[in-house]
Amino acid sequence: MPKLTINGHEIDVAQGTSVLQACEQLGIEVPRFCYHDKLSVPANCRMCLVEVEKTPKPVASCALPCGDGMVVHTDSVVVKNARENVMEMLLINHPLDCPICDQGGECDLQDQAMAYGRDSSRYNEAKRAVKDKELGPLVSTVMTRCIHCTRCVRFVDEICGTPELGGIYRGESMEIGTYVNHALTSEMSGNLIDICPVGALTNKPASFTARSWEFQKTESIDVFDAIGANIRIDTRGNEVMRVLPRLNEDVNEEWINDKTRFAIDGLKRQRLDQPYVRRNGKLQPASWNEAFAVIADKIRTVKHEKIAALAGDMVDCESMFALKMLFKGLGSTTIDCRQDGSDYDISTRASYVMNSGIAGIEEADAILLIGTNPRHEGTLVNARIRKRWLRGGCRVGLIGAPVDLGYPHKFIGNTPSSLADIASGKHEFAAILKNAKKPMFILGAGALARADGAALHHAVRELAEQFNAVRDDWNGFNILQLAASRVGGLDIGFTPSNGGAGTAQILSGTMDVVWLLGADEIDTKKLGNAFVVYQGHHGDAGAHRADVILPGAAYTEKSGIYVNTEGRPQMALQAAFPPGEAREDWKIIRAFSEQCGDALPFDNLHQLRVVMVGHAPHLANIGMATKAKWSAFGKTGKIASQPFAPVVANFYMTDAISRASVTMAKCTEEIRPYQLPEAAE
Amino acid sequence: MVSSTQSFTFNAENLARAEKIIAKYPAGRQASAVIPLLDYAQRQNNNWLTQAAMDTVAKMLSMPPIRVYEVASFYTMFNLKPVGENFVQVCTTTPCWLRGSDGIVSSCKKKLGIGMGETTADGKFTLVEVECLGACVNAPMVQINDDYYEDLTPELMDKMLDDLKAGKKLAEGSQTGRRGSCAQNGPTSLTEKAKTNA
Repeated sequence: MPKLTINGHEIDVAQGTSVLQACEQLGIEVPRFCYHDKLSVPANCRMCLVEVEKTPKPVASCALPCGDGMVVHTDSVVVKNARENVMEMLLINHPLDCPICDQGGECDLQDQAMAYGRDSSRYNEAKRAVKDKELGPLVSTVMTRCIHCTRCVRFVDEICGTPELGGIYRGESMEIGTYVNHALTSEMSGNLIDICPVGALTNKPASFTARSWEFQKTESIDVFDAIGANIRIDTRGNEVMRVLPRLNEDVNEEWINDKTRFAIDGLKRQRLDQPYVRRNGKLQPASWNEAFAVIADKIRTVKHEKIAALAGDMVDCESMFALKMLFKGLGSTTIDCRQDGSDYDISTRASYVMNSGIAGIEEADAILLIGTNPRHEGTLVNARIRKRWLRGGCRVGLIGAPVDLGYPHKFIGNTPSSLADIASGKHEFAAILKNAKKPMFILGAGALARADGAALHHAVRELAEQFNAVRDDWNGFNILQLAASRVGGLDIGFTPSNGGAGTAQILSGTMDVVWLLGADEIDTKKLGNAFVVYQGHHGDAGAHRADVILPGAAYTEKSGIYVNTEGRPQMALQAAFPPGEAREDWKIIRAFSEQCGDALPFDNLHQLRVVMVGHAPHLANIGMATKAKWSAFGKTGKIASQPFAPVVANFYMTDAISRASVTMAKCTEEIRPYQLPEAAE
Repeated sequence: MVSSTQSFTFNAENLARAEKIIAKYPAGRQASAVIPLLDYAQRQNNNWLTQAAMDTVAKMLSMPPIRVYEVASFYTMFNLKPVGENFVQVCTTTPCWLRGSDGIVSSCKKKLGIGMGETTADGKFTLVEVECLGACVNAPMVQINDDYYEDLTPELMDKMLDDLKAGKKLAEGSQTGRRGSCAQNGPTSLTEKAKTNA
């Protein structure tokens, strides 16, 4: 425990802490460009120079480990001069184009030049100019602004595992680029925009549209996958301009994937902005009252057990809970939130969540992925596995379709028979799992949607117990869910009960009325002749089949609780208003219940939440992953021999919003060809 | 960079040499062999590196291709564009310049009809200017492919280029017959032969 003095304050720090980190602990600001606390330390920008007594020159504090008895000054004349000089050097080749730069207003270089630079320039010579690079449809480049901090190079190398950027040529001619022009292939390349301390890498779809100080900032939750990344939605007026990550070390650290960041232009297209009723085979605009009346009339004419509801992948808990209550009132328990048709045992909560937690990956020392490609199904989980692998002492095995995960892994096989090989110890990876202190099993939700999903679920639970992965201090049984609404739906019981039927029967063509709550990832032909109510925000598969369309709110337009794959309830806040006559989903359901003559017992969102928390108390613990109790679960059955197929065919288009997004269409065209699966180790 | 769709494979001799170099480094540290391998690749490929050649090296050393491009673009001795059969590098750093490298440069330009960094139409010569090559004692000098040619005058340079055009082989080293780096008018000290001990 070195003890040092910084600006006259004594501080004890952990061994290996850098002087810069120690300064941060004391709340002393040290300017920096190349240093980033999630990346390696190259110490090449020199902005963080401090004065250390008994050293002849100022020292880069980011790369200087604290030593016992060190006396550091960050407020001396030496430091002030050093910072001014470094800043002057950095600005030599930096253009004075802040007024037309998208980074303007949130630029580290601008801020630090203001705070630590000289008041005026002494440089009269020519500045260098660098040709812009083509990095694909997401990141736009103005390379003349680059100060060569190499954060981007380290980010794609260390965090993404797709080393494609580098510093080419040298000295005055050095440039950051890919050398061979091609789009960046990482699914999280958008984070480059955030880590670039200058305006060299900026948001391409959002370029020249707004200034950072014009935004209304709303803290929310991402719904494009089940990770529940913490996001900030920036709006101007009623338009969502951009999405940025928020720091949450337990969930997304400070990254988000590209779908989260860039699919938002889909929120402006294909929107359902007024109710529709199908008349004479054609959907025609209608008023809310007309639409409700048509549904209510239809429901009155059919038997209650022939009424069904399916919830989609991006639905908040409140909406599902309200719909569940509505159906209870209608006398139907044929409701399901698993539109993928999975039918594994959900009797105990531990059976459908990621029990180790996302941060738990960092403790694991052997990870077995089963029927999943986390790179596409949970990009940030994959980033966490890569982070764990990078630290050393952790082996990763894959049973599933062969993919490039961005880190070396042992490909065990792509059929379920490999599970038996592990269980019997026939495969060498069994020994790795056996010797591991904290083995981790991650079962993909896609695999669970197979016909033999329930049996796979059971087999993996037994495997986890066999390798002692389930103990008091560690639970290594994990489901990587795909849908933001799934765990929430299961938590509040949006599942068939008391003789109600599940997705398979709902999609067997035997129902008279089917209420689709944002459910689009189904084969609508299987709805048969049912009268279909589609409540949702986009004109996608469900709306095309619908007889009545009730326009709802997208995730940015309502406040709602989403439970991520860890079982962590998180609250999304409303950042914009739904378009036209569209309304928040719980309100639609509440209004319809009144039409049916049996009004639901809540008049506002708060009352709804109170009732909902009564049913699922842990939903009140916003932001906390409640540990699920373990019990022997699972349904035995025959496991088929067919190989695991990739679950996410196209990472950039997985739902109604991203399918409507122009940016995602560009990604599909320009980036996906580079991402097609490659054989692993 | 000149992009190239052509493929590249090491010939048997270079492959054997490359494998020998790779074997020098402990497992997981094969990337250390990148410079010698790029050098072999360049020699095999008319003195320049295609993208295919760099990709081949990257694959052999399990390196991401960008890491190889970084190295190849950093070092000036790797050529990323096709060069002539005779790669003429004229030193113009201070000692050579004081000893008349300007004359050598203009002699080359005139004789070959090209400027710095250019290649003759017949693909025989590429002319470049380089920084100190460490043969200052015999300045001015040029390097053509692997050999040094020292103690030059514009006339000597002209003659050398004529000979190269004619396909003759040049005598490397000092062009005035000076041995090693001894003084221009012969040795000034140690003129006697060493006496043998009785």
